[in-house]
Amino acid sequence: MEDILFLFEQYPIFEGFWTNIKLAFWSSISAFTLGVILALFRISPVRSLSWLSAAFINLVRNIPLTVLVVMAVLVFWGQLQISLHSDFNTNFFLLATIALSMYHAPFFAEAIRSGVNTVPLGQAEAARAIGLGFFSAARLIIIPQALRGAITPIGNTLIALIKNTTVAAAGSVLEASGVMRTMIEFNPNLMVAIFLIIAIGFSLIVIPVGLITTWLSEKLAVTR
Amino acid sequence: MTTETNQAPLVKMSGVNKHFGQFQALSDINIDIPTGQVCIVVGPSGSGKSTLCRTINRLETIDNDGGYIEIDGKRLPEEGKALAALRADVGMVFQSFNLFAHKSVLENVTLGPIKVRKVPKKQAEQEAMEYLDRVGVGEQARKLPAHLSGGQQQRVAIARALAMKPKVLLFDEPTSALDPEMVQEVLDVMVDLAAGGMTMVVVTHEMGFARKAGDRLLFMSEGAVVEDTTPQEFFTNPQTARAQDFLSKILTE
Ligand SMILES: Nc1ncnc2c1ncn2[C@@H]1O[C@H](COP(=O)(O)OP(=O)(O)O)[C@@H](O)[C@H]1O
Ligand SMILES: [Mg+2]
Repeated sequence: MEDILFLFEQYPIFEGFWTNIKLAFWSSISAFTLGVILALFRISPVRSLSWLSAAFINLVRNIPLTVLVVMAVLVFWGQLQISLHSDFNTNFFLLATIALSMYHAPFFAEAIRSGVNTVPLGQAEAARAIGLGFFSAARLIIIPQALRGAITPIGNTLIALIKNTTVAAAGSVLEASGVMRTMIEFNPNLMVAIFLIIAIGFSLIVIPVGLITTWLSEKLAVTR
Repeated sequence: MTTETNQAPLVKMSGVNKHFGQFQALSDINIDIPTGQVCIVVGPSGSGKSTLCRTINRLETIDNDGGYIEIDGKRLPEEGKALAALRADVGMVFQSFNLFAHKSVLENVTLGPIKVRKVPKKQAEQEAMEYLDRVGVGEQARKLPAHLSGGQQQRVAIARALAMKPKVLLFDEPTSALDPEMVQEVLDVMVDLAAGGMTMVVVTHEMGFARKAGDRLLFMSEGAVVEDTTPQEFFTNPQTARAQDFLSKILTE
């Protein structure tokens, strides 16, 4: 017990987790927004938009996240000298957020597209028949139903994103898994306790997301 | 002065062809539908009745070979805003209702007027209630479509189409997906509309309705209009062998 208190006193465990939460929050908002746009382009009747979206999805989805994060740091900051913020840590935080957003957007897009496939074609036809254009029909009829049908895969992507925030350590962002590594390095005798702290911490963040997802997917299911 | 009007037909199809790949679904369709006419379309399954309906509001494109479709004297536009505007003038009632599943009955009816016609919400709701009452489902306004019977859903779909104040209403087998006991309540609404002067194109095999409400009947076979006559004439005195064959089949059903 004393050991655990010692760890919490000596190392920024809470700050680490707080960074993961902030990374997850901002990345999920921007990745989801980008995902909706990608999904819309993907299903749009405009060939070039659909092609552009497919190209982005297939390209980015196949790059490992670590590579994206390192690239963001090395290329943007190291090579091109592009600094998003004068503060060192904030700069790395922003770069990691961009990498996380880019990486997860295709997964959100594909989740939403799987939701679009749950919406019968007749819904789009009825929307067009009352004179709605493609984007109005998508916004008012298709996407709302698609999102309701895609809550589970969206939730799964969100959970993956939360856990993937640990990769930001590769981009010099101080977060929980990085704190874990430091703690283990200097206190190898407390390895099990350290591991448990981090594992429980992530569980406490992720489990509610899973529960909310399940609850929402039942509550918002479209009855046909 | 003559009483004859030389008004353009409300719906005009001229030399319309439609291919799905190699398959010709419509061949050389030429029909003029004047305002107020109720035009029944019959024919065997696969003869192109749905395709005909769907080309009129351009849910299906037509072959680009000189054939054309006009609504109220205006060519169907290719795409975009103009097409959406024109579609708003052509109501469509589907076999499978296609009510917006995540919206209440009332919202189903107000959505088009509010978003397309830019009617203020209050007014749209008031008018929607009038249409819903007219088709007998005003009580159900706050429910989701899935909680209504098929007959009620189809009447809501008719109210949704009416709320757009369309120039012409297309019905594609509106009672085919219904349980038998619900067919009449939907047909009754349609008879009322016909009596009220609505221009209608109705794909249906309900002969009673065709005789009662129909001014004209098109018999289709293999993508072509084979007979263009009146319901009375068609049912009592079919001209072509194909029509006789078709009638013998639906009469023995
Ligand atoms: N989207 C499509 N792609 C290919 N063939 C189609 C399509 N829609 C209809 N068809 C074909 O066109 C023909 C006419 O179909 P349809 O208009 O639905 O007939 P009906 O409504 O009279 O039963 C059928 O042979 C059908 O298989
Ligand atoms: Mg059909």
